[in-house]
Amino acid sequence: MTAHDPGQAYNFAYLDEDTKRMIRRAILKGLAVPGYQVPFASREMPMPYGWGTGGVQVTAACLTPDDTLKVIDQGADDTTNAVSIRGFFRRVAGVATTERTAEATVIQTRHRIPETPLTGDQILVYQVPIPEPLRFLEPRETETRRMHALSDYGLMQVRLYEDIARHGEIATSYAYPVKVAGHYVMDPSPIPRFDNPKMHMSAAIQLFGAGREQRIYAVPPWTGVVSLDFDDHPFTASKADHPCAICGATDSYLDEVITDDAGGRMFVCSDTDYCATRQESGHD
Amino acid sequence: MTDTPLLSVRDLEKRYGARIGCTDVSFDLWPGEVLGIVGESGSGKSTLLNCMAGHLAPDRGQVLFDTSDRGLVDTVTMSEPERRMLGRTDWAFVHQNPRDGLRMAVSAGGNVGERLMAVGARHYGRIRDTAEDWLSRVEIDPSRIDDRPRQFSGGMQQRLQIARNLVTGPRLVFMDEPTGGLDVSVQARLLDLLRGLVRRMGLSAVLVTHDLAVVRLLADRLMVMKDGRVVETGLTDQVLDDPRHAYTQLLVSSVLQV
Repeated sequence: MTAHDPGQAYNFAYLDEDTKRMIRRAILKGLAVPGYQVPFASREMPMPYGWGTGGVQVTAACLTPDDTLKVIDQGADDTTNAVSIRGFFRRVAGVATTERTAEATVIQTRHRIPETPLTGDQILVYQVPIPEPLRFLEPRETETRRMHALSDYGLMQVRLYEDIARHGEIATSYAYPVKVAGHYVMDPSPIPRFDNPKMHMSAAIQLFGAGREQRIYAVPPWTGVVSLDFDDHPFTASKADHPCAICGATDSYLDEVITDDAGGRMFVCSDTDYCATRQESGHD
Repeated sequence: MTDTPLLSVRDLEKRYGARIGCTDVSFDLWPGEVLGIVGESGSGKSTLLNCMAGHLAPDRGQVLFDTSDRGLVDTVTMSEPERRMLGRTDWAFVHQNPRDGLRMAVSAGGNVGERLMAVGARHYGRIRDTAEDWLSRVEIDPSRIDDRPRQFSGGMQQRLQIARNLVTGPRLVFMDEPTGGLDVSVQARLLDLLRGLVRRMGLSAVLVTHDLAVVRLLADRLMVMKDGRVVETGLTDQVLDDPRHAYTQLLVSSVLQV
């Protein structure tokens, strides 16, 4: 591939073709077995673990020269992580980038799903720190894999039970476990549980990359994703009970921003593109 | 009494390399019966118990269990999901050390509820009611339902482990030195409780211990093991009062009389 100029020293999208092929194999396997964690030979990337090395590798394997890339970090397009990953791919792949959810074909995200509903032409790539939802319940990898294989998820339910026993409700507010296509329980990465319903029957392909843990998993389009709960304590998609202080939206996930040291605070949309679009169309 | 044994062990053998764990073990366990297995440390009784309960894969032999839907089935060759299902419904396993059988970071209620949730219970209120009921049955104050096992005494931890195991109404309980490490007055209470539960629920049990007083109280029948082999079997009182094998005689005479 030579369609781009400044990255001549690199192959298109940084990774070599063999690596991208290996990652694509893992992605296809992940799509074929929704929610199953596929091991892959994660490469060293020019950024530290924890900054999205898994997501970057998945994005690199998905990108074509015609793609338009959007990168968000906690919903925002303008934070360090998002800006540097966007800059990275502009340089090594020469692809167009955008901050508009609707214009993007590939969206790499850390900890949020955009508020604007995704379409069948889009791929959402999640950065995942810990792919194993059972990790803190069962330390042995051999045992967690067996539990997944046998759908032996009583232990995950015990965790939710403990939440209710201790806090009166399910207090898990992010990385809330979901069951994908009726079999595998999956960690949706640390997105707020407000975003969980957006994964259900999504038109877009959802890919999850964990670089340090060397796992890729996926949710194909139009797949059932159900949040675990109890019959008498059903799942609720919670958010701060305020409208956005800038655009007035009542249906978006909000960040709490401390404005002074006298207890002043405001709640604003965590999705900066959503907020900006609403402001342009006259909401405030 | 029916004419089908609940558990039937045939020629069970487990080797650790060239050494024998246990060998040539065959017996039947009938519904409602408590079988004691005694022997010194290293005689293979724990190996045998773990082979029966599916924790270890035996090298030879069969462990037939009278399943409720298919009758006698060899649990050694049955599939892993089936064996796990048995392990949390019809079977129970009480470890010597409650730390092995409990989740120490999970509250007492969560510990008791785990088996229920593993077989599909999804109603928090009902799980909690059942857990409270079981805590009181094993003489733990139900107000301690949200305490972690670490805050419990050794005897309470052991009783909690028993509640956690019996909550799904198993038909067969494997017990590995259930009174080990407890002082004698706590042992006595625990034995009393176990005896009551076994009789009331009509449980069958395989009880491994080196404590002859425990088997005298709980077991109907006794199996004496030495060097991985069964050297003597019989009714508990018969074996203890009139031991025939030289090793059993030694074992019985070694008990301190107070």
